[in-house]
Amino acid sequence: MFLALRELAFARGRFSLMGVVIALIAVLMVLLSGLSAGLVNDGVSGLKSMPVTSFAFDEGTKADNAFSRSIVDDEQIAAWKEQPDVATASPMGASIMNAETDQGLQVDLTLFGIEPDSFLAPELSAGSALGAPGGIIVSETLRGEGLELGSVITLDQVGTELEVIGFTDGQATFGHVDVAYLPLGTWQLIAAGEAPDGAAPTAEQLAALDFEYASVVAIEAVDGSPLAKGDADALAAGDSAAGTTSMTLEQSFNASPGYQAETLTLSMIQWFLYAIGALVVGAFFTVWTIQRGHELAVLRAMGASARYLLRDGLAQAAILLVTFTALGAAIGVGLGALMPAGMPFSLEAGPIALASTITISLGLVGAAIAVLRVTRIEPISALGGTR
Amino acid sequence: MTNTTTASTTLDTAAETRHQGLHLQDVTLELGDGEGTVRALDQVNLEVNAGELVAIIGPSGAGKSSLLAVAGALASPTAGDVRVLGRDLAAVRSDGGQGALARFRREHLGFVFQSGNLIPALTSADQLRLAYRLAHRRGRTRTFDPSPFLESVGMGHRADSRPGQLSGGERQRVGIARALVNAPGVLLVDEPTAALDRQRSQDIVKLLAEQCHEKSIAGVMVTHDHEILPCCDRVLEMVDGQLTPVRE
Ligand SMILES: Nc1ncnc2c1ncn2[C@@H]1O[C@H](COP(=O)(O)OP(=O)(O)OP(=O)(O)O)[C@@H](O)[C@H]1O
Ligand SMILES: [Mg+2]
Repeated sequence: MFLALRELAFARGRFSLMGVVIALIAVLMVLLSGLSAGLVNDGVSGLKSMPVTSFAFDEGTKADNAFSRSIVDDEQIAAWKEQPDVATASPMGASIMNAETDQGLQVDLTLFGIEPDSFLAPELSAGSALGAPGGIIVSETLRGEGLELGSVITLDQVGTELEVIGFTDGQATFGHVDVAYLPLGTWQLIAAGEAPDGAAPTAEQLAALDFEYASVVAIEAVDGSPLAKGDADALAAGDSAAGTTSMTLEQSFNASPGYQAETLTLSMIQWFLYAIGALVVGAFFTVWTIQRGHELAVLRAMGASARYLLRDGLAQAAILLVTFTALGAAIGVGLGALMPAGMPFSLEAGPIALASTITISLGLVGAAIAVLRVTRIEPISALGGTR
Repeated sequence: MTNTTTASTTLDTAAETRHQGLHLQDVTLELGDGEGTVRALDQVNLEVNAGELVAIIGPSGAGKSSLLAVAGALASPTAGDVRVLGRDLAAVRSDGGQGALARFRREHLGFVFQSGNLIPALTSADQLRLAYRLAHRRGRTRTFDPSPFLESVGMGHRADSRPGQLSGGERQRVGIARALVNAPGVLLVDEPTAALDRQRSQDIVKLLAEQCHEKSIAGVMVTHDHEILPCCDRVLEMVDGQLTPVRE
């Protein structure tokens, strides 16, 4: 490192130029990672927060938008409840609707109909649990948009009035739309088209309804069982008994609207960024090594081993990459804090650390390929002027 | 009794080795391949003793640099023996390959190149430190003091200057100091005065001769500059890969 450090200091102009490029890539990488985590949250935070291990959809349901396409009946629900390793299974209704608050605010809502005392009941940050037919619990994010406990929401088209009785603990969104939990009975009333216009649903209406359908069966498997680990055979066994198609919680994210397209695009951009970073660093160190060709030949003639020069060159690249990636990541995190609240943006330490590590590692690979050139330098070329 | 004998034998061998300097016997070097083979050295014999500086002159392309390359373990001869300080370079190579040759170079050979060839990023003192570090184990490098070496070439006052801040002659002096740091047995010098005026050329060559005499180094210097020859102990001429004495 003797030479590496002194050269970094001596050619600081050139190295900082390269460093700025690395730092900019790191900034971009943090912002992309934030955006990607934000979009994931926006897309599936409503599912992520559920204690569900897998969902069972009606057999043959198309994978995209499967939640709102699928319909399961009480036999399928009952069959799943009977399966081995199933701790709890509970029906869940899912549909997306437009609505308007009593303050005239237009909102989109994903209605999750659940049995109020089931394991699907969300954790609350305020208000009280589900129970009354007309009471809903909405995502905490809606609080920022002016909704309060007691706000009344009118569903478009059907005209049914629902009252906000609680807020979830943290963001609960699905397909970029805020989630509203409501009793399964109420959801069924709306799905059956029998919800009252201009009023809240009543217990009598719920009791009178003969509609035993939901969208999916939400399953919580016994801890440590094959089913809990998402074992394909275990899922298939349940599916054949119940006539359903199952997805683990993770797989079900892909069934959320737009999720797959968004994450695929973003991860592609990220990998391109890594590749560009590696190539730029490789190109820089190629030029740098060629430029030092005569100097390196002199060192080789003086008896420096190729390994010594290789180690020195790699140390130089590592110092440069680590310093400026860290700097860029710090700037990126700073910029991320300035993002407006409405942006789907979420900085998480894990993904940022991973992305930084990949940037540094791939940069080092690029640099290594360039620095490997020192092993091909002929010490004899140190003699004479230029040979 | 036995001990004393062994010890004195070792000493004798060491002294002898030292005295053997540089020894080339029937060395031939062919460069290029196939049709374009050039015989850069043709059956060259050369004996340089410790403590003398030998000058080699000759027209361009005669093989002077090639001679230094062969003597400096930078090129292996097509035929013939090269012995440096009593060690056969072919044996060093066959024992340890390029790594062993590099090690041999940093421990026993000193190079002075045209126009110094210093590392631009390093100060004069650091040039010497780097050369020292190449040849020594870590840990021993901290205590190394480059100033006596720099002072011996009259550059003690420019220890903290980088090559860009030095004149051609000053760079060459630092280059000489760097070549001497690891106490080489053989010093190989390629056109050290190419970029210098007359007075400075004289000074540099006097310095080289003085160092060779003082430190018992076998020195070989290639040059185009006839005015500096009086400072050297012997002069040989290289023509078409063959070496003939001019002044003994
Ligand atoms: N890599 C090589 N491949 C083929 N021929 C070479 C190579 N290097 C040198 N030569 C040839 O070998 C011969 C000797 O070259 P060398 O460099 O030793 O000459 P020189 O006496 O040092 O010349 P100068 O005074 O110009 O430095 C020349 O004819 C040269 O063209
Ligand atoms: Mg030459």
